[in-house]
Amino acid sequence: MSTAPLSNLSKRIIACLDVRDGSVVKGVNFEGLKRAGDPAELAARYNVEGIDEVVILDVAATIQQRRALADTIRAVSSKLFIPLAVGGGIRSEADADAVIEAGADKVSLNSAPLAEPQLLTRLAGRYGSQAVVVAIDAKRENGRYAVFSRSGTTPARRDAVEWAKEAEARGAGEILLTSIDRDGTRAGFDCEMTAAVSSAVAIPVIASGGAGTFDHFLDVFTAGAADAALAASIFHYSEHAVSDLKKFLRDAGVAVRLVS
Amino acid sequence: MIALIDYGAGNLTSVRKGFAAAGAELTTPRTPADLATATAIVVPGVGHFQATTPLGGEWRDSILHALEAGAALFGICLGLQWLFDSSTEAEDVPGLGLMSGRCERLPSTVKVPHVGWNALAMTRGSRLLDRIPDGAQVYFTHSFAAPVTADCVASATHGRPFAAAVERDRVCGVQFHPEKSGEIGLQIIRNFLRLIAA
Repeated sequence: MSTAPLSNLSKRIIACLDVRDGSVVKGVNFEGLKRAGDPAELAARYNVEGIDEVVILDVAATIQQRRALADTIRAVSSKLFIPLAVGGGIRSEADADAVIEAGADKVSLNSAPLAEPQLLTRLAGRYGSQAVVVAIDAKRENGRYAVFSRSGTTPARRDAVEWAKEAEARGAGEILLTSIDRDGTRAGFDCEMTAAVSSAVAIPVIASGGAGTFDHFLDVFTAGAADAALAASIFHYSEHAVSDLKKFLRDAGVAVRLVS
Repeated sequence: MIALIDYGAGNLTSVRKGFAAAGAELTTPRTPADLATATAIVVPGVGHFQATTPLGGEWRDSILHALEAGAALFGICLGLQWLFDSSTEAEDVPGLGLMSGRCERLPSTVKVPHVGWNALAMTRGSRLLDRIPDGAQVYFTHSFAAPVTADCVASATHGRPFAAAVERDRVCGVQFHPEKSGEIGLQIIRNFLRLIAA
């Protein structure tokens, strides 16, 4: 006897482009790209392979008080007809206006709402909750998940689960949860932390930090209860990493979107 | 003229870009009277059903007039929900009422909002979904949804089946975002452009 599935919603695979001064900063070495570090070309490439969403993170923005580059967003969104989120240094409604006007569908906020949570409510009122992503950077401390702001440098004195629940209540439409412990290690996502946050909120949770193998994605979609998983460098290893990853997940029984 | 109605519910940049990629320029009318020359009307929108309040009154009358004169209508996301009678999200705000039924919140047995790529289950032949394969995935982001009725041409399932696309004569609507649904979405926009010309 078979029962109808509760949902046919696919798990999303999201590519993060860390951008500084208009170029992707993590090593990108695909053949066939005219400019190796060009975010628009890289995004278009991922799009063809079947990436579900792209995040542009202006990595220098928070620390150097710079805004994400509107030109980069324009160039990427002109070639991309899938959702595009932009984060890094968005501290006000004016900052959000600038990136959305340039073509972003969502803004990702990290430090600013920790200092001023009401910003989330105002942005959700202006653009809808679907446009408001709260990025939470957290690390394990004394059995809790301690939130850090300003690119992981400043303790926010908040617990990730509690902050995620507050962000949801204030109008956030998604949570982008990054494990500081795992980020850059390629040792796998922090599935326990992801599951703790994902089970505490009704909004989707995007897991980030630690992707190294295809199995890590399977783990975070099953044990981690993630709705989406984000990675950067793993997709740079081979030309077909995105489509190969999706076939792997499909064969393992995870609902994904495959493009022909 | 294809009119894109800007009633303040969300950003319209992506919708414009999607139609531009399909070969059509959208014009934002300043007043309801401008719809008199429209061959098609696009009603976009994200967020709360309350946000459709400005579409009442003169806009509503002008849209219905344009439809009588042969214009096509395309509701996207909240714009699809507005084609129906009402929504439990804002009981006091009437929809356009061209399609019967009431929009309701998706069940709490699944994560709401429903965000991401979900599969279309075709329920009958349609001009809007011409050449779109059954099971094709498109991008959704919403919490409320319209019921599956005779006007439904494709359903999707999240907690329950709901109307993912509707079509009756020259009135169409999609709950998903064709401008954010890759090549499938652009094909659906092209199909609508073909429907206008037909």
